[in-house]
Amino acid sequence: MAAPLGNVPDDLTPASPDKSPDASTPTSLNTPDPLDTVAPLDTVAPLNKPALLNAPASPDAPPRARAGRRWTGALHSPLGITAAVLLLAVVVLAIVAPLIWQDRADAVNSTAILQGPSSAHLVGTDLLGRDIFARVLVATRLSVGLALLATAIGVTAGLLLGTAPVLLASSTGHWIGRWVSRWISAFINIAVAFPSLLLALFFAVIFGVGARGAVLAIGFATAPGFARLTQTMAAGISSRDFIAAARVAGIGRLRILVRHVLPNIAEPLVVSATMALGSALLSFASLSFLGLGVQAPSYDWGRLLGEGLAQIYVHPAGALAAGVAVVLAAMAFNLSGEAVARAIGVRTPHTSKQTRNKRTRTNERTRTTPGLDRLPAEHPDTEDTNQPLLAVDNLRVAFPTAAGEVTPVRGVSLTMRPGEAIGIVGESGSGKSLTALAIAQLIERPGHAQADRLEFLGTDLRDDARSRGGEQLRAGGGLSASERRRMLGTSLAMVFQDPMTSLNPTHRVGRQLAEVVREHQRADRRTAWRRAVDRLAAVRIPDAERRAKQLPHEFSGGMRQRAMIGMGVMANPKLIIADEPTTALDVTVQRQVLQLLANIRAAEDVGLLFISHDVTVVGQVCDRVLVMYAGRVVEDLPTGALLHDARHPYTRALVAAVPDMTTDRDAPLAVIPGRPPDPHDLPAGCPYATRCPLATEQCRREDPPLAWYGGGRRVACWHADLAPAAVPDNRATAVPDNRTTELDHGSTAVPDDEPAASLGGER
Amino acid sequence: MTLVASRPVTLADNPWVRFGLRRAARLVVSVWVLVTAAFLMIHVLPGDPVRAALGPTAPLALIEQRREALGFNDPLWLQYLHYLGNLVTGDLGVSMTSGLPVSEVISARLGSTVEMALLAFAVAVVVSVPLGTLMTVLARHGGRRGGDWFLTSAGVVVATIPEFLMAVGLVFVFSVQLGWFPVAGRSGPDSYVLPVLSLAIGPAFILARIVRVELLAVMQTDYIRTARAKRLRATAVYLRHALPNALTATLTIGGLLLGALVAGTVLIENIFAWPGLGGTIVQSILAKDYPTVQGVVLVYGIGVLLINLVVDLALALLDPRSAIRES
Repeated sequence: MAAPLGNVPDDLTPASPDKSPDASTPTSLNTPDPLDTVAPLDTVAPLNKPALLNAPASPDAPPRARAGRRWTGALHSPLGITAAVLLLAVVVLAIVAPLIWQDRADAVNSTAILQGPSSAHLVGTDLLGRDIFARVLVATRLSVGLALLATAIGVTAGLLLGTAPVLLASSTGHWIGRWVSRWISAFINIAVAFPSLLLALFFAVIFGVGARGAVLAIGFATAPGFARLTQTMAAGISSRDFIAAARVAGIGRLRILVRHVLPNIAEPLVVSATMALGSALLSFASLSFLGLGVQAPSYDWGRLLGEGLAQIYVHPAGALAAGVAVVLAAMAFNLSGEAVARAIGVRTPHTSKQTRNKRTRTNERTRTTPGLDRLPAEHPDTEDTNQPLLAVDNLRVAFPTAAGEVTPVRGVSLTMRPGEAIGIVGESGSGKSLTALAIAQLIERPGHAQADRLEFLGTDLRDDARSRGGEQLRAGGGLSASERRRMLGTSLAMVFQDPMTSLNPTHRVGRQLAEVVREHQRADRRTAWRRAVDRLAAVRIPDAERRAKQLPHEFSGGMRQRAMIGMGVMANPKLIIADEPTTALDVTVQRQVLQLLANIRAAEDVGLLFISHDVTVVGQVCDRVLVMYAGRVVEDLPTGALLHDARHPYTRALVAAVPDMTTDRDAPLAVIPGRPPDPHDLPAGCPYATRCPLATEQCRREDPPLAWYGGGRRVACWHADLAPAAVPDNRATAVPDNRTTELDHGSTAVPDDEPAASLGGER
Repeated sequence: MTLVASRPVTLADNPWVRFGLRRAARLVVSVWVLVTAAFLMIHVLPGDPVRAALGPTAPLALIEQRREALGFNDPLWLQYLHYLGNLVTGDLGVSMTSGLPVSEVISARLGSTVEMALLAFAVAVVVSVPLGTLMTVLARHGGRRGGDWFLTSAGVVVATIPEFLMAVGLVFVFSVQLGWFPVAGRSGPDSYVLPVLSLAIGPAFILARIVRVELLAVMQTDYIRTARAKRLRATAVYLRHALPNALTATLTIGGLLLGALVAGTVLIENIFAWPGLGGTIVQSILAKDYPTVQGVVLVYGIGVLLINLVVDLALALLDPRSAIRES
């Protein structure tokens, strides 16, 4: 690695894995995925993939199996049962109603014209004294039958149109095929732009007024939408590997379509067809209602509705009965489609967007262990007389899940002096990011953070008191809610991991910065803008005046992260919480951002809480390091002690896993064998015991508390007194001595005008 | 430095100009397809449209005279050219039933249809954005999920009811039972209420649901976390940061709904005896007055195409990346 930042790369595939038959599993501090690249030959720590990380089923496996069971699965929801009952009623009525009530429906009775509901006529009679209820029931067959016919035409035409481009378009295809397919696509695109009722009216002109014309009209009006759906899905399937394999095998295009493509899109197509049936029913009712569909003396629901509407003043029940029938039948088909879609996991327009909201931070979840020791926050010997910048005691973050509440952060305590820089390191899932969010009071429902103490600049940040109902009673430290909001807005700055997504894509960068002082310091527009430009220049954004007017997507990743930092220093921050601020950036840009943070800290005496998976970066930036494991702090030590005097075996393993310039590149990378504990099954004792070379019976039985260890250090290990030299080396390579200087130098603030490269510690 | 000679920067390099050109080209092609379809509509009809219009008892001589007058005896391509030529001059032909120029019939009735569609769309948008936001707030702030559930379910049911059934229901309740609004016709402001509501209620709930889904997704994003980290007021987070980003998708669906809403006016106008194009097209289809049908179909089609264009332009303004990426 040219830049000796000692960064742990995301991909830890060894340079030559074949030379290392004894390689233990490489462990990236951040990503578990590279585990799959090297076979774990070391059986000391068998590789157990937690359930959370289960690889999804092979995406290219044709998903045809189990279809039947999944379809019936629709019946297990209230929605499915409702749909099934409605559907059954409609089908049964369509079959039996004309057999039973036909005579009654057609019996003209001039003595009972336009009667209201009575015991003889449930919803009354029409102009000729016929029983309306019977007519509505009998009309089921014609209404549903015509809708079925129209849908069948539409689906067939749609399938032909939609698969034609797939059949014809191919790089090897003849130009006529490509030309035709392009025109079909263009035609579909234009046709779907028109509402289907307008298309149906258009076709009704061509096919003529009457039931036959209306069936054809609605069928052809349905076709473009269905063609578009088929086309999109067929194109999606066609790009998959198993289709490519079939093509390579020389199977003809038509055969591929029939044997491989269509079966794989059949389920969503059937679901859509079911829903189209509901729409066709409504369209037919519309056309008949307008007099363009079924003609007298035949009648369907639309026609009954039209006849009823004419009498609505005299006899409203007539129109309403037909209306209710149409809505119920249409709902039967729509709900059936929706229920089946949900059961088989098809995305319909109604369900597709919602799944996006179910993104959860699964990786951060760990299970709580009851009976944790309360951890002292203050050092017992050196009681700090100055007010701490930040005091956190027994911070817990919990999320409700289907399997009960999980607690990814289980009692974190820390105290921070003004201007101090504290790093929090740990693997993915150790709870470090949630700790940062919880300190900033940014945990969102349904998650919740609790702490015995959470004070920033002497103000209690906990909002338990308010959310318990005493909204106006008090909001810690005597500040009202809005005062507290202003205090946090001006004094506490956050820098997040991904600068690409952390800025609002629709607002100009300058405006997003200016917003801070507009909101909290009541600055006028011009003052706020000038401040924003000034801050952008301060974070070394060239041509800040022009850049401020740009949207975030016009910025590079590094510039966006600097703009985020600039946003943090719009007011007068006392604490910057940076959550993996450099992880998403490339190495040279990382260095600039780290330097910027160090400069700001030095110049303004700002405290820095720096969260990272990268122990080396933390070593360069921070005075003190908290090492987190499975939701708890396992060691709290000064940066200087990190390299050679770490007490917790996990800390030592982290440090040892960092490669540098002198690492033997032919040797396998150093790793920590095993994996973090399964968040759903935390062991009774020390969570690190299964991976720890020092683990004893006691470790597996009792969880060690985070205890003071002298020199202002804390460590949670039963064997903290064992000298580092006595610790058996569980690593493949040794830590070279010359790393000492690097870390020691790095722990001080980086001078302003040093070249960026010096940050790496090559001095 | 490079082998490729640098070309002078022309207007065509501006992504906005290219975007505009693309959209204009697409509109022209769509209009051409529409015009051709409207022209062919009459000629693919089974049977003789003139005979159909004049009725089975009409004397042969009259039919022949009419055919000649309408140019039906010319070859198809010549008729097509005539048709295009007449369109350019705004001549849509003469109604077979009333003898009036079709363009006159349309211009007399277009206004009230546009008025109703726009009013209904405005009502749908004005109702749906606050409603969807309210549903989001209810869904996100625990303890009040029942409200969200109720509004969502009610929305699903209401959105299933087609506009003409909604109209029947509204007429029954508010005209027949309560007598608050006239049952039909266009007279005073109160005659607008039921037609506009019938058209707007369904789309309002559909849009509210889209707003809710989109807003919930946006509220999960990193930049909303940033806005919260800035300690903005909740209203600023929702209104200034979340809503503009959620409205992009809402606008797309809204445009589609506006198209469907135009189609819905056909039914609503017939229910409320509204003096618009919807009544005209149904009557002329039933009367086999094909020149009028042709003209009205063209007007509806162009209306839908214009709506799509406006939606595309609005989307491009809201989310410039999508427009530039495409060109």
